[in-house]
Amino acid sequence: MKTFPVGGIHPPENKLTANLAIGYLSIPESVTIPVSQHIGAPAITIVNKGDYVKTGQVIATSKGIVSSNIHSSVSGRINKIDTIVDTTGYKQTAVCIDTEGDEWIETIDRSNEIVRDIKMSSEEIIQKCLESGIVGMGGATFPSHVKLSIPAGKKCDLLIINGVECEPFLTSDHRLMLEKGEEILIGVSILMKALKVEKAKIGIENNKKDAVDHLTKLATGFKGITVHALKVKYPQGAEKQLIKALINREVPSGHLPVDIGAVVHNVGTAYAVYEAIQKNKPLFERVVTITGKSLSRPGNYFVRVGTQVSKLIDAAGGMPDDTAKVVNGGPMMGKAVNNIDVPVVKGTSGIILFPEYESERPQVNPCIRCAKCISVCALNLEPFLLMTLSEKSLFERAEEERITDCMECGSCSYICPAGRPLLDYIRLGKSTVTKMARERNIK
Amino acid sequence: MSPTILITIISLSLLAFIFAVILYFVAQKFKVFEDPRIDEVQAALPAANCGGCGFAGCRNFAEALVGADSFEGLNCPVGGADVMDTVAKMLGKEAPFVDPMVAVLLCNGTPEYRPRTSKYNGASDCRISNNLYIGETDCSYGCMGYADCVRACVFDAMYMDNTTELPVIVDDKCVACGACVKACPRNLIELRKKAKKERKIYVACSNCDKGGPARKACKVACIGCNKCFKVCEFDAITIENNLAYIDAKKCTFCRKCAIECPTNAIVEFNFPPRKPVIEVQTETVNG
Repeated sequence: MKTFPVGGIHPPENKLTANLAIGYLSIPESVTIPVSQHIGAPAITIVNKGDYVKTGQVIATSKGIVSSNIHSSVSGRINKIDTIVDTTGYKQTAVCIDTEGDEWIETIDRSNEIVRDIKMSSEEIIQKCLESGIVGMGGATFPSHVKLSIPAGKKCDLLIINGVECEPFLTSDHRLMLEKGEEILIGVSILMKALKVEKAKIGIENNKKDAVDHLTKLATGFKGITVHALKVKYPQGAEKQLIKALINREVPSGHLPVDIGAVVHNVGTAYAVYEAIQKNKPLFERVVTITGKSLSRPGNYFVRVGTQVSKLIDAAGGMPDDTAKVVNGGPMMGKAVNNIDVPVVKGTSGIILFPEYESERPQVNPCIRCAKCISVCALNLEPFLLMTLSEKSLFERAEEERITDCMECGSCSYICPAGRPLLDYIRLGKSTVTKMARERNIK
Repeated sequence: MSPTILITIISLSLLAFIFAVILYFVAQKFKVFEDPRIDEVQAALPAANCGGCGFAGCRNFAEALVGADSFEGLNCPVGGADVMDTVAKMLGKEAPFVDPMVAVLLCNGTPEYRPRTSKYNGASDCRISNNLYIGETDCSYGCMGYADCVRACVFDAMYMDNTTELPVIVDDKCVACGACVKACPRNLIELRKKAKKERKIYVACSNCDKGGPARKACKVACIGCNKCFKVCEFDAITIENNLAYIDAKKCTFCRKCAIECPTNAIVEFNFPPRKPVIEVQTETVNG
């Protein structure tokens, strides 16, 4: 079975919610919608306090090319436009809306009928993605219309769909593939049309055998789409690792997948694209897994963007007493939130509640030079060296050692027998080096 | 004496002489002139190699001093006026008077004033915490307390107070080298002019948020209310980004601003105790 050749780990899977169908979370009394839910420039609010907005209405428009529209996820009145702390842990502007009923804008097709015909042209699809605020749903939230616009002089011959979901605990993509398989495949066809490619490969890890079988069966009705089962290994869901595993092409350091003729999109994005193009529904809702070993009712839910995490926890049976950490995203790459009133955003694939015994960081001991971090690094880096260089503020040297290639998957910190905070320091070094490079470019 | 020994002595002496002559000419040819005063000046400097002067070490500073036309902008904060005068005398120049400085912490957010709203358990390093999120409290400007500044101080002039969870600067030991200023990722340490009797008065806050959120995050935050600005008779106070700043050069230590401050964000040290409030009132009535 295919996989990427270098590094990788296999943490306990803990997919507690794999067999639980996606439910609909009731619409909260109020939502807090941050204006920056994507990589790039924050959107600019176009509504004012006291305005009435409908579900699906644009409340903030994109600024610049790498940016995205933000839509209201409920209908109601704007209570305030305030500064809040969001899931990233930083302060940013958000629109707070008090819900009044659930009145959608008229253009959205709310029927359950599956629309197969793709009427739009490539350019229209890309424009529609921009208008509908579609971003990468795998967690990185890179605006999709940018990824779909192939730069002049480059050629893309293959679309790769990421259904890997290599993070432990998370099952939102898995459930989506099982329940909305056909919609996803139509979404893939739309993406293929937008990119003008003939072939698409869907990569799914083999711990989701049912999803592989289901999509393989459905894919027979679609031209050019094939489904591939992959060996279970973290971090296979990373773009570069998935490309290597599926088509054995390597993305050179500092380059993008499009440079080697491939574009990767998540299954969640494919579903969002289907809804935007065929149903005219902008992105204001997503599947979120709420899970944790102590939770009484973990599950998968369609959640409106802007819903407080606390509402999701209530739906899952309330916060267990032993909860020590609430993580937004997967356990490997996710980030603990600093209060449970932070809103669910477009990139929130899961909320995990960790009890005390699972959330404690190990005691930090000296490095024993076992080189385990090197053997698990999927990018051929030397994590122990990068950590030391960051710790000693030797950032020029860290840049030479290609610290910016690190994708922050956390395999090194996971495997380290001395409990060293490798990724903490590498992240610091990476952001400092990026800042240095930016300043250099300005000069 | 056997001829072997004699030949050995003569030949070795001859070789030694030839090499000596070669070495002499090579030394002349490749001679690097170095001002002998550099060594003297270096010997007079404190040899802390702290970088407080802005140079990599005392040697580099000595070179700069010897090469300089005037001492403008050159100062050894560790040695202070004494050392600079000695060096100036050596080089026959005039050392301009530079105010002695001391480091102060522009945050007073103890757990009592600034409640912790989350718990951080990543690597104990201010830079990392600052890179990760707003911090354990709701104030995104305040001290995080992982002691980067204390580790940066080579003069043992700083330590962490376990109850306030803030670093403490020992005035007697602080030489104002500025290592802590550079180490703090949130720019919370300022070098201020030393005043008579070690007196200090400054705004111990760096929060640029508006009054409401600032106050909510910390009881002793500067809320930018302008009261101190209005009461100051010497134009020493400026307000920028909802944050007051007292210019140490203009401040006359009248302490009126500290009385006005509604949040006690202005702190004062080493002043004699104030007269009781009742007495002040009677005086005003009589006057």
